[in-house]
Amino acid sequence: MSPKTLSLLRTFAPLLGIAALAVVMLVVAPAVLSPFRLNSLGKYTCWAIAAVGIGLAWGRGGMLVLGQGVFFGLGGYSMAMHLKLEAAGPDGVPDFMLLYGDGTMPAFWEPFRSGPFTIFAILALPAIAATVLGWAIFKRRVKGAYFAILTQAMAVVFATLLVATIQETGGFNGLNQFTQFFGYNLYDPVNKQMVYSITVVLLIVCLLIVWQLYRSRFGELLVATRDAEERVRFLGHDPANIKLVAFVVAAMMASVGGAMFAPIAGIISPSDVDATASIFLIAGVALGGRALFLGPALGALTVGYGRTSLSEAFPNQWTYFLGAMFIVVILLLPRGVGDLPRLVRSALDRRTSA
Amino acid sequence: MSTHTHAPGKRSLDYLEIRDLTVDFDGFKAVKGVDLTLLQGRLHFLIGPNGAGKTTLVDAVTGLVQGTGLASYGNQNLLTMKSHRIVRAGIGRTFQTATVFEELLVLQNLDIAGGVHRSAWGMLLARRGVPTYVEEALATIGLTALRDKPAGTLAHGQKQWLEIGMLLVQDAKVMLLDEPVAGMSAEEREQTGELLQRIGHERTIVVIEHDMEFVRSFADLVTVMHAGTVLAEGSIAEIQADPRVQEVYLGHQVEAVPGDTGDADQRSDHA
Amino acid sequence: MDALTTPLLAGTASGALLLIAALGLSLTFGQMGVINMAHGEFLMVGAYTAYATQQVVTNADLSILVALPVAFVVAGLLGLLLEVAVISWMYRRPLDTLLVTVGVSLVLQQLAKDIFGAQGDPVVGPGWLEGTIPVFGYNWPLRQIFTVVLALGALTALAALLKYTSFGRRIRATVQNRDLAETMGVSTRVVDRITFFVGSGLAGLGGVAVSLISGTNPNLGRAYIISAFLVVVAGGLGQLKGTVIAAFTVGVVTAYFADWTSAAMAQVATFALVVLFLQLRPQGLFTVRTRGLT
Repeated sequence: MSPKTLSLLRTFAPLLGIAALAVVMLVVAPAVLSPFRLNSLGKYTCWAIAAVGIGLAWGRGGMLVLGQGVFFGLGGYSMAMHLKLEAAGPDGVPDFMLLYGDGTMPAFWEPFRSGPFTIFAILALPAIAATVLGWAIFKRRVKGAYFAILTQAMAVVFATLLVATIQETGGFNGLNQFTQFFGYNLYDPVNKQMVYSITVVLLIVCLLIVWQLYRSRFGELLVATRDAEERVRFLGHDPANIKLVAFVVAAMMASVGGAMFAPIAGIISPSDVDATASIFLIAGVALGGRALFLGPALGALTVGYGRTSLSEAFPNQWTYFLGAMFIVVILLLPRGVGDLPRLVRSALDRRTSA
Repeated sequence: MSTHTHAPGKRSLDYLEIRDLTVDFDGFKAVKGVDLTLLQGRLHFLIGPNGAGKTTLVDAVTGLVQGTGLASYGNQNLLTMKSHRIVRAGIGRTFQTATVFEELLVLQNLDIAGGVHRSAWGMLLARRGVPTYVEEALATIGLTALRDKPAGTLAHGQKQWLEIGMLLVQDAKVMLLDEPVAGMSAEEREQTGELLQRIGHERTIVVIEHDMEFVRSFADLVTVMHAGTVLAEGSIAEIQADPRVQEVYLGHQVEAVPGDTGDADQRSDHA
Repeated sequence: MDALTTPLLAGTASGALLLIAALGLSLTFGQMGVINMAHGEFLMVGAYTAYATQQVVTNADLSILVALPVAFVVAGLLGLLLEVAVISWMYRRPLDTLLVTVGVSLVLQQLAKDIFGAQGDPVVGPGWLEGTIPVFGYNWPLRQIFTVVLALGALTALAALLKYTSFGRRIRATVQNRDLAETMGVSTRVVDRITFFVGSGLAGLGGVAVSLISGTNPNLGRAYIISAFLVVVAGGLGQLKGTVIAAFTVGVVTAYFADWTSAAMAQVATFALVVLFLQLRPQGLFTVRTRGLT
């Protein structure tokens, strides 16, 4: 093979990966999985969407985002509010407000009756929140562990706030019992499969976005910022802006994941978005390989599946597995399981050259 | 975005003027009221014993530490600007320990340095082919053959050249180089000096250096710093004849100057 | 008067708890650059030690006094184990260390659930801590005062240790310049381990104080750890003075906000204030005076 075809192959190999993933998830999975399992796979896909963003921010940008649950929640609650209002019908009020309160709806719910507004909010809310927080943090050159702690604190605060506002957000129980998704009956298996397919397509769109970002000059600059932030300053760039872009894109992806999570899981509650949930989102990325292209998504799908099957088999031991996975993977395979082929290859090389 | 107030070509000679520059580290004045005028087309060397304030001076001019006074370039006071704005105004620098992006290729290192001149939209596109200015810089620094190697695999001297190449791609009109030949072989030093002479005509180049042999071979103008102040300025011959310089910097052993004297050689010799 | 003094005194007590938790964090973060996310679980371990001690020493008046040193040693040994088994293998990878300790904290929480059950257990307070003392018209519970005294005691002991002992000098040398300290013959490995032991032990002490106020609970660490981290972030690196001021400020400010609004809003406000504070005094401020870029 000529060097040119080789380099072309290297550039477009990720696209082949995406294509394979698309075939497996859109064609094979619906054919072989029961509707229940397919729905579970849909949930993992939502986490995978968030994971793709984490790969961008953490893997390529070096920002350990320990509070992505917040953005997942902004999207999830935006969508859930719309679905609750759809279920309540025109001029209706979500059922829980009658249960916990006097049935008056807070004003901020009103615009979520509109589908287009909801979609706008799912993209705009995380973008605004991430911009404000990111601006405040990056511009003052707060980074590393400080950044991680602040994002984790943000997740704790967000969940506390949700639990405390039972009349506005459903509190600890969150929002559930959705009946329709933009006019489609959610009890109909055909429609459920459609929601699943939309989620997979969104995952693919997010993968295409990071593919382009990774091969762009921005991608190179992001890696440069991760490895030598202060040096980037002397290339004439403000690293704060570079990091901000990655952080905001990651937040928006988490939000999209959360938005699809609500109709698929049928519920969004503080436990889906709190500090522990945020850490769970990181787990898949660490496992798959934070800086690899498909690592975060595949890792998140694996961890999601592992959570379901392990908690079915050993109800109490799942947390041990998760904790042990963090310790083992980060300690021994900091670049993730996806890095194993490279490690094996270099080990073999060493052996043959020795 | 930055206002490019200096228009290359319009003015006959570019210059950087430093007046009464002072850097205060919690009461310790590392640089005390330094005046310097740096003219385009001259290879300007900054020498002095350790702790004289040479690097701190460069740090202040490039926004790495806070300084007071004036560092005027093209009607802007650099001391009031942020680092990345200073770079965009045309001032580039290197560091004593070569800092290149080790995981990126040589080509990518150079390409990334050209980002200053790209639109935000252009940043989102992938690189297609090799821009001519990157080709030119590669040829100038002599790394064309190594362009597809990760920068981390380069030899120490090659990294320094790569850094100079990045400044070329940035189109830095003023280059502040902090000990570029430290740790280089004699041959590499020679090549570096010639490189600086080649690119020096259209630029203002300032080199911090300890290696007197190198200074002697290539300096057009030498400024000696001591304890945060400018002690003397002139050609290498004038400097060596200056009794004050002999007193504080060279000791009384003027004849011993040719080699690396005192603490200077510690850094030059290893690597 | 009540509306003003109640939050002040209650906030001082919770600030004292934050201080004990933050002292250990600040110590290990300042010295080793390690953020130990399992520090909150060491607090929990301290609380369960108090509970377990009470099963053996049934005299409530005595058991708490026995529990204090025991909790210090138990939590300290756990910290030492963590340092030796995990953290010492990942030097110069601070963010990865942080994530690994997240894993450790998950395991410790689940262990506590499996051993002691998901429900918390009450710890009986000693009789000599029953009752209140009127301060500015507010009946300040003795338990809260005990927390403040304990925190100030721990602070004084730690400050004295750092200032007057040779071990303290070694710690400070390591904080200021690890490589130099190493070349001067300080075994930074040993210093790290002892620091981790002391820092974790302090969390154990804090756990005993927590158990008196809210009993034990597998998730107890989580409730305190984030506020303690915010204290460390706002207080500054490896600086006792900053940690003390930040701890009491966060404690008192949160108490006032909670009084005016709600506990949840107080958390939001405290977080926002810390972020705002970082605008004025950002930590990790770029003050490179070396000749390269790190």
